[in-house]
Amino acid sequence: MITFLARRLTTSAIVVLISSFLMYFLVAIAVDPLSVLRSSTMPSAAKQQQIAHLTAQLHLDEPVIVRYFDWLKGAAGCTYGMCDLGTNWRTHEAVTSMLSGAVVTTLQLVLVATVLAVVIGAAIGIVSALRQYSGFDYSITFMSFLMYSLPVFWVAVMMKSFLAIDFNDFIQNGGQFSAVWIIGVALVTGLAVGAACGGGRGRILRIGAITALAVGALMVYANLTEFFVTPSSGGPLDLLRVLVFSVAIAFGITALSTGLRNRKALYSALTVAGIGAALYYPMLYFWNAVPASWPIVLLLGVVAMLVGIGVGFAWGGTERSRSARTAAITAFFVAGMLFLDRLAQTWYDYAHSSWVHGRPIATSGDSTPNLGGSYWMHTTDLLTHILLPSITLVLVSMASYTRYVRASTLEVLNQDYIRTARAKGLTERTVIMRHAFRNALLPLASVVPVDILFVLGGALITETVFGWSGMGNLFVTALHENVLDAAMGYLLIVAVLAPLANIVADLLYAVLDPRIRVDA
Amino acid sequence: MTHDLHSVERSGEHLEGPIENAIELKEVMGLSQGQIVRKRFLHHKGAIGGVLVLIAVVLLAFSSVGFRILGVDVPGWWRWNVTDLPQIVDDGDPSSAFGVIPWGIHPFGQDDVGHDVFALVMKGTQTSIMVMVVVGLVAMVIGIVVGAVSGYYRGWADQALMRLTDLFLTFPVIVVGAVLGKKFNHAAPWMLAAVLGAILWMTLARLVRGEFLALREREFVDAARISGAGPTRIIFKHILPNAMGVIIVQTTLLMSSAVLLETALSFLGFGINPPQVSLGWLVSNYQSAFSSRPWLFWWPGLVIVILALCINFIGDGLRDAFDPRQKKVPSAKAMAKADTKAAATSTSLFQRISGRGGAKRGSSR
Repeated sequence: MITFLARRLTTSAIVVLISSFLMYFLVAIAVDPLSVLRSSTMPSAAKQQQIAHLTAQLHLDEPVIVRYFDWLKGAAGCTYGMCDLGTNWRTHEAVTSMLSGAVVTTLQLVLVATVLAVVIGAAIGIVSALRQYSGFDYSITFMSFLMYSLPVFWVAVMMKSFLAIDFNDFIQNGGQFSAVWIIGVALVTGLAVGAACGGGRGRILRIGAITALAVGALMVYANLTEFFVTPSSGGPLDLLRVLVFSVAIAFGITALSTGLRNRKALYSALTVAGIGAALYYPMLYFWNAVPASWPIVLLLGVVAMLVGIGVGFAWGGTERSRSARTAAITAFFVAGMLFLDRLAQTWYDYAHSSWVHGRPIATSGDSTPNLGGSYWMHTTDLLTHILLPSITLVLVSMASYTRYVRASTLEVLNQDYIRTARAKGLTERTVIMRHAFRNALLPLASVVPVDILFVLGGALITETVFGWSGMGNLFVTALHENVLDAAMGYLLIVAVLAPLANIVADLLYAVLDPRIRVDA
Repeated sequence: MTHDLHSVERSGEHLEGPIENAIELKEVMGLSQGQIVRKRFLHHKGAIGGVLVLIAVVLLAFSSVGFRILGVDVPGWWRWNVTDLPQIVDDGDPSSAFGVIPWGIHPFGQDDVGHDVFALVMKGTQTSIMVMVVVGLVAMVIGIVVGAVSGYYRGWADQALMRLTDLFLTFPVIVVGAVLGKKFNHAAPWMLAAVLGAILWMTLARLVRGEFLALREREFVDAARISGAGPTRIIFKHILPNAMGVIIVQTTLLMSSAVLLETALSFLGFGINPPQVSLGWLVSNYQSAFSSRPWLFWWPGLVIVILALCINFIGDGLRDAFDPRQKKVPSAKAMAKADTKAAATSTSLFQRISGRGGAKRGSSR
């Protein structure tokens, strides 16, 4: 293990050295800091002087390799905390300080987009594989082809118009769905869910109709309560909503994880849902007393899952670990519901604050400048800003996960151990969730880390379109403005991340799949 | 193509159930590998649709606004050219609904100075098609050479070339493309395309290497070597034709990403710049006009989607056609027909081949 890591890290270091040199060389011949001066209209003597000055400042008269080693000397300092990646010669700002904010911004975007893309893509891929050669499968295949072919920048600009501007108009006009919208959305979701559930024509129609009715009812409910203006006010109705959704989550999780037949698991999940609803008002008082922050929120999430495990064991029985698992997952989602509800209570204040002016979904920038207010305001602000860029990135990167998971699920389903599991009489749910699901997701472990790099490339465009001041935007601006050092800052980070992603992928795979050994 | 028998045998092994087997084998009986591939491709609806639409787009793009080849200007039938500045008619609105009927004087509308958007989009489509072909060719040649050399010779050449491939894979192509595009964006578009081709060959090289590693151990290569064939002859005459399937499929898929890459770079300003026209540049230039003049923005993007989608479908069809293990699921009708037939002749050829009796329908599907 240690020899493996040492070997990989050494080769990675060499790769970083070579690739950073190549990129330095390429960028150095691509950028021309003197181009602006050369084409300027100032008198020739002054121009010559300026050019000579800039040449001396940037060492443009030295060969590229000498400049590279100069740069490398500063960059090598990063290994012992003395980073010097040069300065932006236009603004005289140190590259390290330019990067420090940008890295966090970009990582937020890339992580959110990747997690969403993996979860949604994998779910669709598995269902698509289970319904192989059905209408649903063919539609998903077509959709993923379409997503493969979408230009990111085009989608991004359309998102701005359709999602942000239209949605903001919708909220400003009171957030009421028209009848056409309700019927249309209900029919489409009904059709999609019905097709995804599969079965005979009667079953598809029945499930589709139920879903369509439910979605229609939800939209009417949203209209009646003006959900998009005041999603939650912390009143009894909101408590009731949390309770209803928690119970639904409890049933859903139990159905997927142990099956509804397992009464103890169902009761554990329902208990957790009840505890969550009972904590609704106490939690509101808690947040009034304690200023919220991410560590507290995450800690409470962990506490919720521990409580879930406790409840599962308290119900006892021979399969208490299963009950505990079900209850813990349920607890996580119920806690998430409480969090979202608290967040929703700031929505009205946020949308009508003096910084936002009733148009909450942002089209440019990564945060509202000078936004005052609490943690909840800032979190809402983050979500409204990250929404569009991450949807764009999810749309273009989801397709490959869907295809990948579909293929691996089909392969797993044809394995002998699946046949054995079926033959010994396990229910289809157990076969799929306990035997197929895990193994089908296994290959993702080696794909996702490497794919993050691809998303990082996609962030180049989304950040430019949405005006995020992240690394991608920094790189594009640096190239446009012929600032070598700033561009190299970005490239160095990518150059280090790439081999790291590969090592993580290999390690992850070795941990998850006992057949793979990294030492061999 | 040579050695088709083997793949037919293989295609039999992977089938489940004698009935499907029967249908499948009957389809390929007595055909050469090339014939099977052609037949399968022609039966792939998506791929044929992709081919037809692509041909239509190419014809429309090149015939409408004309093009310049070897210094000779070939005029087009469309009344405006990219540089024309006709008077703005009807506030620049498109003269046709959805660009189809009635055609009118400016079917895709005009921009704010009067350029005919149809002419611009067609010119941009020409650029995209040209970029796609050049990138495909350059990447294919590099990929084949790198893959073939490292797969055939193995040893240190393989090590060196594969480390080089890994090195190229370090950065997302769009990042390297942006750096190179910064250097080459004032050069001719085909230059930029060639440069982009030089950074897109890696996956192809890896696949070709894999194919070569497997194929070089086969008996027919030994036979050729014993007959006195040199490495060049073995690579080009014996191994390469058998690896063509993988190469063609991968090149097609690569071409669709080339279209997206070029337009994305042009959008960022590191690709093709005026006076040349690129669809990505059009989208970038007109994105602020989206709310007031959406047609300026719609058409370039739509053409990019159509081009990439067509090529992806063609690539998918080719993959299915070249994959010997690919099985077409017979329709219920064909199954029933084969079922009765199998019942009538209980000792059919296929039951003897597969050694399994009884009819098993694809129940797991």
